[in-house]
Amino acid sequence: MSVRLFLRDTSTVFSREFVPVLREPLGLLFTMGQPLLFLFLFGPLLAGTQSFEGQESPWQWFVPGILIMMCLSGPMMAGYSLLVELIGGSMERLLVTPLNRTAMLVGRTMKEFVILLAQAALIIALAVPLGFRPHLPGVLTGLAILVVFGIGLGSLSFVLAIASSPSGNLFYGVTQLVLFPLILLSGVLLPMDFGPAWLQAAAALNPVTHIVEAERALFSGRFADTSVLYGMLWACVVAATGLAMGTRAMRRGI
Amino acid sequence: MIHARGLTRRFKVGKGGVDAVRGLDIDVEAGQLVAFLGPNGAGKSTSLRMLTSLLPPTSGTATVAGRDVVSDPAGVRARIGYVGQKNSAGENFRVRDELVTQARCYGLRRADARRRADEVLALLDLEALATRKPGTLSGGQRRRLDIALGLIHRPGLLFLDEPSTGLDPQSRANIWEHILRLREEHGTTLFLTTHYLEEADTMAERVVIIDHGRIIADGTAEQLKGELAGDRVTVTVHDEPEAARAAEVAERIAGSDADTVERRTVRLRVPRAGRALPEYLRYLEALGVKVATAETARPTLDDVFLALTGRSLRESDESRRTAPHDA
Repeated sequence: MSVRLFLRDTSTVFSREFVPVLREPLGLLFTMGQPLLFLFLFGPLLAGTQSFEGQESPWQWFVPGILIMMCLSGPMMAGYSLLVELIGGSMERLLVTPLNRTAMLVGRTMKEFVILLAQAALIIALAVPLGFRPHLPGVLTGLAILVVFGIGLGSLSFVLAIASSPSGNLFYGVTQLVLFPLILLSGVLLPMDFGPAWLQAAAALNPVTHIVEAERALFSGRFADTSVLYGMLWACVVAATGLAMGTRAMRRGI
Repeated sequence: MIHARGLTRRFKVGKGGVDAVRGLDIDVEAGQLVAFLGPNGAGKSTSLRMLTSLLPPTSGTATVAGRDVVSDPAGVRARIGYVGQKNSAGENFRVRDELVTQARCYGLRRADARRRADEVLALLDLEALATRKPGTLSGGQRRRLDIALGLIHRPGLLFLDEPSTGLDPQSRANIWEHILRLREEHGTTLFLTTHYLEEADTMAERVVIIDHGRIIADGTAEQLKGELAGDRVTVTVHDEPEAARAAEVAERIAGSDADTVERRTVRLRVPRAGRALPEYLRYLEALGVKVATAETARPTLDDVFLALTGRSLRESDESRRTAPHDA
């Protein structure tokens, strides 16, 4: 019964967030822009380097990386949109309804995810002619991990938004301060293998690194790789932490 | 509808704390229209946020619409409507879409939600604005939309936090028309905060005055004014020495107090001005004090607040206007 209510509330929040996208599809085009820039302006540079020991196409390595980058920025945007609603009165109005608190977080993140999946499909489709060979079950599993990871990130971003209101300064500061190190230290753009030992040690502590490695293994169909297990674990840890903190923040009152 | 006992809320500020609400006791019966009056920062909004389950109380209990705000917040939420101080509709969303969302938040099916959205659009004269975004609406239209959102599930109890603040007089009158109609047609219990004295005075049948987180007066506007403030008599004379003598003699009038002298003007408070003024004028004539003008005035709720706290509601409002947050 309560699961049904949870799903109903999640779908309510999801459709609230998604309807404006359908009403103004042009905005979608802009969100597609950034990953495509990376694919076409940065990808060829990577493909031109000789550092991939000829094992597989650099696209095999780079396409999962772009998806992770989008997966990091999507939830951040979700937090930003929440912050705007917190500063205005619309979040308060929703909080006075019996709407499930967790559903509020999940529904919003799901919207970012539908967009992420659309972007992923587009990028994969465009990368295939360049030499990317997706392993379908692997890609699907990889996207599932990203959904779990993204729900966690989204919730954390909501917690940050709640802590930052009403001024919002904390939110802008922390996202700037955290997002770039997370990306740079995860080996999304360049392999960490060539960095000094301290950088590699720092990268090993970054959950994003493990997710990236899991995605790369999965996109090439290497299900048995231990990185897949670690990636899944990290995604679950982030999701559990995010949802627990997010629901708690909502309960404590805003 | 509302029964609160010892409701308290403390906010942490740096190392210390601020008691925004200190031991609120209040009972509101079904069908009442209660105005919660007080300067900014008095604890109006914090009280409202506790009663609507948005903010857990630090201590105390409250039953709202038959449910406990702490142990069954979801039960409270399903039964009340709330119109907050800020705009309820999200900027990215069309008016009708937000209403449909709101209805679905209360568990209505999609088709029912659409039907209900159209009903409240009609109820608040918003039909023509259904596909607009809130940013393109006027202040009065936005406020009507806020009320529409609060009414979507036909709540028996509606909380309104400063429903008419910042609106021009015409829009204010219009909002009040809608609020009063609600009460007439549906018997909705209304609990609202305001710092417009005239509004509380003319619209509400019960006025609760709060200051520094405590209720300091509770009754009908007439009761409060009669018991706590009294009428005002103002007399001007021709020079200052005469004014001093006029003030002295004022003390002879039964029940008069708090007379003030300002240059050639003497002000005093009396229980009933109609009876006191002729008496006063006779005393003055006997003294040989020539009176230039004499006026009487019925008290306002501001006089009530002044009598209770020694401050004017308008002044304390001004001095707090700079505070970033209305607690």
